[in-house]
Amino acid sequence: MQLTRAGFLALLWLFVLAALRVVRSDLYAAAGLRVSVPGFRRSSAKKSRGGKAPRQLVVTHGALAGTRISLDGRPIMIGRADDSTLVLDDDFASTRHARISLRGTDWYVEDLGSTNGTYLDRAKVTAPLRVPLGAPIRIGKTVIELRS
Amino acid sequence: MASPGPAGPPAQGSEQPGGSAPTRRGTELAMLAFAAGLMTGALMLVEVNQEQQLTMRLVWYGLAYLVLFAVAHAAVRRWAPYADPLILPCVALLNGIGLVMIYRIDLALTERFGSDDWSAAAPKQVLWTTIATGLFIAVLKFLPDHRTLSRYAYMFGLAGLVLLALPGMLPAQLSEVNGAKIWLRLGAFSIQPGEFAKILLMVFFAAFLVSKRDLFTVAGRRVLGIDLPRARDMGPILFAWGICVAIMVFEKDLGTALLFFGVVLALLYVATERFIWVGVGLTLFAVGCVLAYQLFGHVERRVESWLDPFGLYETGGYQLAQALFAFATGGMFGTGLGAGRPDMLLYQANSDFITAVIGEELGFIGLTALLLVYMILALRGLRSAVAVRDSFGKLLGGGLSFTLIMQIFLVVGGVTTLIPLTGITAPFLSAGGSSLLANYVLVALLLRISDAARRPQTGVKPKPVAQAPIAEAHTVMVERPS
Repeated sequence: MQLTRAGFLALLWLFVLAALRVVRSDLYAAAGLRVSVPGFRRSSAKKSRGGKAPRQLVVTHGALAGTRISLDGRPIMIGRADDSTLVLDDDFASTRHARISLRGTDWYVEDLGSTNGTYLDRAKVTAPLRVPLGAPIRIGKTVIELRS
Repeated sequence: MASPGPAGPPAQGSEQPGGSAPTRRGTELAMLAFAAGLMTGALMLVEVNQEQQLTMRLVWYGLAYLVLFAVAHAAVRRWAPYADPLILPCVALLNGIGLVMIYRIDLALTERFGSDDWSAAAPKQVLWTTIATGLFIAVLKFLPDHRTLSRYAYMFGLAGLVLLALPGMLPAQLSEVNGAKIWLRLGAFSIQPGEFAKILLMVFFAAFLVSKRDLFTVAGRRVLGIDLPRARDMGPILFAWGICVAIMVFEKDLGTALLFFGVVLALLYVATERFIWVGVGLTLFAVGCVLAYQLFGHVERRVESWLDPFGLYETGGYQLAQALFAFATGGMFGTGLGAGRPDMLLYQANSDFITAVIGEELGFIGLTALLLVYMILALRGLRSAVAVRDSFGKLLGGGLSFTLIMQIFLVVGGVTTLIPLTGITAPFLSAGGSSLLANYVLVALLLRISDAARRPQTGVKPKPVAQAPIAEAHTVMVERPS
């Protein structure tokens, strides 16, 4: 009687532990996935069209130079607002300065009505523009570009 | 983020059908068998402790259970081969334990009241489980891609609202049971449309937030260092709040109102990542609580019996006090399956209070194990939501998982007097057709989302086996020539 009682509880916990074991084995798979897959997937998806998809956004000049943000499909907000993806501390940047977002397979930059404007290469961004790989986007003193 | 070759342990490699990603269906089958074994063991223990003969009934319940989940497993194998391997076994275990407990409560009630006064709930529950599994399979079959749902979002939203409002509008003899107007009685059957409305509204809200989420991140005025949302963006949350209050007024259903509001808040937070929405929601919630307590008698009674179940033993606190007695009797290890006194809980021992019965018979340790199973279930759902590629799937998956956890929190919290009792059923455990059906649909959607999350991209050449340690894999990826 006591034995069956304890035995059932033990079995119940064994189920939980077995489930956690599966979770653990999956955890490693997930970690591997996180590191390697998005880029791999995107780049191979794009390969058929003869290009490479950007995987990260890199700040090349300015106070934040060296900062990298990996692109996961969500739009990147740039500005002085605290909740921006890239928070600029720059007198020439507006609170909500620009947005870089994914449409289809391409990334587009658009200016959100900033005071001093956003420049892609040398052209001022007035309407959403497609951002090619490696093209500098200038916002105030900050320059960013997309890299694969 | 599907992987062309998630680096699963080599052991799982043998189960791959296509050779690209492990589907883990074998793991699922093994876990299902484990759950079936546990359920049969539990049934046998109950029979032995109740000094029953090993009757045909036992065989019937056990077989029904086995066949059902074998069929469900086959359906998953067929229509969602990359689905998460743990979701279905967890559900199977919870449902199985639920069936055993309901059967066990039937025995106790028959013993106390005689078989004439008491219609057994277990056969009914087996029937509902069958129907629910059918529905589960139908959802898997006819919904090959969860993103289709977002196209009909507004229709779903409307349907959900109608379903939610229906029992409140209908005359009481069609919709009222034990004081709560949440039923729809159709002849022999009675269902709670609110359970389904919950899922429909969640689909709507997820799709709505995906398309409108930018609006909710716009900051309004800044007060005391906090960015308040603009007043006009408050519309949807106020609307949801209004609906919840209406549910409390017209249907006297605290649980659904709480659940609904909690899910809306969670989705809003997940979509915007802004804590201020939670703050706004909690403020509204507090206002709602005070209002409800002041205005509605049934809420006031609930709170009073929560504060002092023993003082109100003769009136409103009877069941809560009995639930607490049950937990106390169970203690650490429980009295053993079939050796408790669930008949002391009287009505709703097999629905709202089933966790108290489990707490008595399996003790703290057993109940904790079951709560952990719930946690794993929700965890797997959330993980699928994180891994899936589209934001609608993310929100829907997150919302569905959150619903599960929220429900179990409301039930267990209510029964253990952590929070006032709200009268909601424990998903998969409690007797009750609507809850079972709705939760099976919920699980089917979760499986669909997890299938989409883990399914490798078609047209992608399988990556050369990524069995190497993660750190190394990373290096390889960075050095790939561009």
